[in-house]
Parts: sequence; C-alpha cells; structure tokens
Amino acid sequence: MLTKRIIPCLDIKDGRTVKGVNFEQLRDAGDPIELGALYASQGADELVFLDITATIEKRKTLSELVNKIAHHINIPFTVGGGIKTEEDVSILLQNGADKISINTAAFLNPNIIQSFAKNFGSQCVVLAIDTKCESDGQWYVYLNGGRQKTDTLTTEWAKKAVDLGVGEILLTSMNHDGTKKGFALDITATLSESLSVPIIASGGGGNEAHFYDVFTNGKADAALAASIFHYKELAIPTLKNYLHEKGIPIRL
Amino acid sequence: MKIVIIQYNAGNIQSVLYALERIGVSAIVTDRADLIQTADKVIFPGVGEASTAMQYLKERKLDTLISQLNQPVLGICLGMQLMCKHSCENNTPCMGIFDEQVQLFSSLDPKIKVPQMGWNNIHHLKTSLFNGVPEDSYTYFVHGYYATMGTHTIATTDYIQPYSAALQKDNFYGVQFHPEKSANIGEQILKNFITI
Repeated sequence: MLTKRIIPCLDIKDGRTVKGVNFEQLRDAGDPIELGALYASQGADELVFLDITATIEKRKTLSELVNKIAHHINIPFTVGGGIKTEEDVSILLQNGADKISINTAAFLNPNIIQSFAKNFGSQCVVLAIDTKCESDGQWYVYLNGGRQKTDTLTTEWAKKAVDLGVGEILLTSMNHDGTKKGFALDITATLSESLSVPIIASGGGGNEAHFYDVFTNGKADAALAASIFHYKELAIPTLKNYLHEKGIPIRL
Repeated sequence: MKIVIIQYNAGNIQSVLYALERIGVSAIVTDRADLIQTADKVIFPGVGEASTAMQYLKERKLDTLISQLNQPVLGICLGMQLMCKHSCENNTPCMGIFDEQVQLFSSLDPKIKVPQMGWNNIHHLKTSLFNGVPEDSYTYFVHGYYATMGTHTIATTDYIQPYSAALQKDNFYGVQFHPEKSANIGEQILKNFITI
C-alpha cells in the first residue's frame, strides 16, 4: 500500500541549516548533510532542502552542497530556493537532486512550469505555495518567503499550476508555521480533494497527533516539518510508530 | 568488474551512479556501444517520457544493442518500461524483451492520485535479485504508467490494481521502483544485481 510520507525540511542559509518562527527569527540548527543523513537513517521518507538565501553568487555553492547531499543520502530529496530558469533546474538535477521546488518565480512567470515539466518531467517539479488565511476567511498566495501578499486565492493558483504541469504541491500555512499547534487542515484537504497531484502539508506540526490529523482530516499525502525534528522534540521513529499503530499506512 | 550505466536523454542517471558509489561500486556513464557491449553489468536507468526516449535510443541504435546484450542488464523505471513490448505512453513500440505491456494507471476514485509517488511494498519476490530482501519491503516509486502482470513478473505491487514491480527474462532484469532511492532495501537490490 502506498504510504503517507514524513518529510523533514532543512532550510539552508550560508551552508547551514536554520529555522525561523513564522518565517522570521532564524536560529542555527546544524550541518545539512549530517542532519539529512541522520533523518534518512531514522526513516524519513524524503528530504526537502530550501536555500533561503539563494542569490546568483550563492548558486554555485548550492549546487556543490546538493552534490554532497546526493552522494550521502539514499532517499529522494527536493531542492528549492531561487530557481528561475531551465539552467538552474538542469544544474541541480545533474548534481543529484530528484525534484526541484519553485515558488515566487513560477507565480510571476507560470510559463516556467510548462517548460520545466516538458523538459524534466512533472514528477520533479514541486510547486511550493506559502499561504495565509486573511480576516475574510480566504486563503491567499504569498510570495518572496511570505513577505509579499497577492490577491490570488491559493485554490485558484494551485489548480492553474497543476494544469500547467506541476507534479506535487508543498503547501505551507503561514498562520501555522512555527506555532507547533497543528497543520492547516481545511485548506490542505480542499487542495488534496480537488487536485490530482500529491499535497505535502507544511507548517504547524508539533506533535504526533497533528500528523495523524493532517493525514486523516487534512487528506495530506505527505507532511513536512523542520524544527520539531531539528531540536529533537519529536523523533521520526517515534512519530512513525505512533502513526502506524493508529492505522495510517507508514513505512517502518 | 566493469559496470556501465547507459547514458541517454532521460533523467536520474547521476543518482544511480552515486548509489553505486555508496555501496562501493564504481561505474561509468556512457552511450558508447563498445563500452556497453564489453561491460560485466549494464544498468539502463531513466525517468522521462517513453516515445522521446525510444526515438533517441533508435537514432543511436541503442535499442537493438541493449536487446542483444548477453550480460546481466538492469532496467530501472522508464528503462524497465522501454524493455517491455509496448507502452501506451504516446503509443510507443518498445524493445520487446519482456512480453508485458505498459499501461496508464486509471483511477475512478479521485482520491487515488496518478502518478503514484512514494513508498509502496513489493510482494511475491522471486530470483536472486531479491536475496536478503524481506517480502513486503518498501521501495520508492514515481510513475504514471505500469507494466502488466505476466510470465516475466518477479515482484508485484498494488496500486489501483496489482502490477509488475519487477520483471526478469534470461539475463534481463527490470524494476519499476527506484533502488537508487530506496534506502537500505534499494542498496541490497543493487548489491544483488552486481553479484548476479
């Protein structure tokens, strides 16, 4: 049976893993290769590496880091951060990334989704959406690491992106990110039930029960978290055993 | 021992090279006929679309070269599918090493997503390719098309319906999942192939 996936996320800044609260206040969380290999050995199903300081001069550093990760890690991993062109994608895939994640650049120029899907296959194109529920009760798309609001509804953007060829959606709720109070179940379920691609829920996972909720009520295909794993508040084997005992299909 | 990974216009080739390095095996990535023909083991990986991959292989006569190899050959994902008779992906005639057909997953249930992406377990494991691999082990799959069950099936997986997770005929092996991304189980399967 196809299992639900547990995905630790490593935010990378200047080659180190960092984690903020509500997209701000960055703290150092360790060496990304060591952490990634540790998670893989503990049973993580995939890894996501997001370069949050991706700039042109950093691009080479990122591809070198990706290459080291690919040599050390025996599970699939996604790389994101500042990816805009086919060349960016090609370099990361050649260095061993399995998937790439795009966000702001895809929103500003949706044509890149089609070109990436056509040239590299939909299976390696992950669309990251940062979303926030506003006072009107609607979920809106945010850009630039959550700093810039748009007037586009998350449901509309997600549907358009799937039609253009993204293979997976990584949905981060800014309302929940860093709070450890649980995932955004409603918007996750809305997307998962209306779209043909897997949905990775992100933001708010604080304990085992939150993951159970997002796989059941939230209908998520995968759940992503960072700080609870980095700071050893919840060990992956503990989490996976809990989910397995509760009847969620999980790889042990 | 000389291990060759066939270079063509499909993705995921580096990942296979790195996975072999992790188990202490060096390999070369090439599309040169003489190097492929003289290799001890040949790996034919791939992620991509069937018709463009077949066209590329045909233009370079790699399709007939692969079909005529006598040493152990391992097709991975699209590589395995291209070794089947025919793929429904853009109605593509393939190499025909395996009699099985490649069909599109079709789900009447909107909750079941296509492509299948993630870890699924493999059953009814046969041949030395699966030595030391427990029944129902999890491996990593990413695919929208699948090979039907048939006489060459040596492992099965269930997604919407049972299908071939692995095929074998004579010296030819194929796996639908990605051993290079399937953690320790995948490494065991690669080690087994190297020692066939």
